[in-house]
Amino acid sequence: MNSITENTYSDTVVRQFTLMTVVWGVVGMLVGLIIAAQLAWPELNFGISWLSYGRLRPLHTNAVIFAFGGCALFATSYYVVQRTGQTRLFAPRLAAFTFWGWQAVILAAAISLPLGYTSGKEYAELEWPIDILITLVWVSYAIVFFGTIVKRKVSHIYVANWFYGAFILTVAVLHLVNSAAMPAGWMKSYSAYAGVQDAMVQWWYGHNAVGFFLTAGFLGMMYYFIPKQAERPVYSYRLSIVHFWALIFTYMWAGPHHLHYTALPDWTQSLGMVFSLILLAPSWGGMINGIMTLSGAWHKLRDDPVLRFMIVSLSFYGMSTFEGPMMSIKTVNALSHYTDWTVGHVHSGALGWVGLVSMGAVYFLVPRLFGEKKMHSVPAIELHFWTATIGIVLYISAMWIAGVMQGLMWRSINEDGTLTYTFVESVKATYPYYVVRVVGGALYFFGMLVMLWNVMMTAVKGKVIAIPVPAVVVHA
Amino acid sequence: MEILFLLIPLSVVLVLLILIGLWWAIDKGQFEQLEGEGERILRHE
Repeated sequence: MNSITENTYSDTVVRQFTLMTVVWGVVGMLVGLIIAAQLAWPELNFGISWLSYGRLRPLHTNAVIFAFGGCALFATSYYVVQRTGQTRLFAPRLAAFTFWGWQAVILAAAISLPLGYTSGKEYAELEWPIDILITLVWVSYAIVFFGTIVKRKVSHIYVANWFYGAFILTVAVLHLVNSAAMPAGWMKSYSAYAGVQDAMVQWWYGHNAVGFFLTAGFLGMMYYFIPKQAERPVYSYRLSIVHFWALIFTYMWAGPHHLHYTALPDWTQSLGMVFSLILLAPSWGGMINGIMTLSGAWHKLRDDPVLRFMIVSLSFYGMSTFEGPMMSIKTVNALSHYTDWTVGHVHSGALGWVGLVSMGAVYFLVPRLFGEKKMHSVPAIELHFWTATIGIVLYISAMWIAGVMQGLMWRSINEDGTLTYTFVESVKATYPYYVVRVVGGALYFFGMLVMLWNVMMTAVKGKVIAIPVPAVVVHA
Repeated sequence: MEILFLLIPLSVVLVLLILIGLWWAIDKGQFEQLEGEGERILRHE
């Protein structure tokens, strides 16, 4: 208890994950930019199979979700659980294993996906040996996180930890069920499920990954870093607790909305739609709670670009959690499904919500982790904010227009019952919107490069210092 | 749709686990005194 290490926070692993968040963000977004350009100009496939769209697309999704997003979640959860519990991490060596293990998973993905190894499951493409490594890392993560909760010095568990905890446990269950497979060689396996059964498991996994990896985890981030950056408590702490329980009780059955008008039984599709609509309530409750944290201090948005990242991320969270339930309505889905509207929706959530809130949290963490007062360049944060925001707006509006146009063209029928347009005519009509998307993506990517420079300069200038755990103030 | 014989019981188990979590939290008095818990993170760390 009295040794020096026991009195300081375990921040090495937080620092490592924070830096890798930025590095993998740059890599994942670069791959995204390349495949966006390939859709506009297919010549950019160069006839090289390793660089073909079909192989780079899963590399992009894995890199941004699990490498960029995953590292951000590891970094912030390790930081938050220590600070709110006023204790060091439980089993720091195991925490170090989660860092190196997770980097190994990412590296294995970056090699195996371009080589064409895939299990064919969207957002779970990695082959079974990598899946086993993911399981080992994840179980270690759970031990470190919940072990730290158990040894906390503050009796109340701050709400952010509930969100992080639910994210860790649910992702473990999702991964184990969806990745169940029979190996047929070192890098080949067959899913334990077949046909529509497999589709149902896949989207049960897929949407719950959106709900727990990309939502619950990042809500934990939101509930800690917005109050810290705004220097105000969350608008309603009670509402944040209601938000948590309402969200996790109602999330599990939204998945079937990915399979509208397929071989999935009709009632299952309708069930998925109803649960998706219900989700609007807790989502907006949380969004309003986060934004209203600034109630009476709105002027802070004018001066503080880091806070602006966080608050604008919540606006995108609100937009995409309204758009999502709307798109899950079967009649709307009949128009939107298989079009680029879906891609626009995903990116309003991914670039807008997940991206911006993570960047805000990284800008909060980096100066503190390197013993600096603030980031190397505040104007560079300002520049990043505007390029990112304009990039997102270009991206999602291009995809909205393209998506609705495609949906209308595909369903358009002549008087004699034949289709008005061939499919390739809709592809041709989409070309200008694909170009606008490349421009939007390039702006967003440029912002990420600015961030990399700013973070590196801050890290080089600063020095690594151990931060002492404060004495616990006993309360009633 | 045999898969539902896996997914629906799994959901029921998860809901039970969530309920246990909620009962545990209430029983431990996690939500007894919420005033000040939002501010705590701004003060000590």
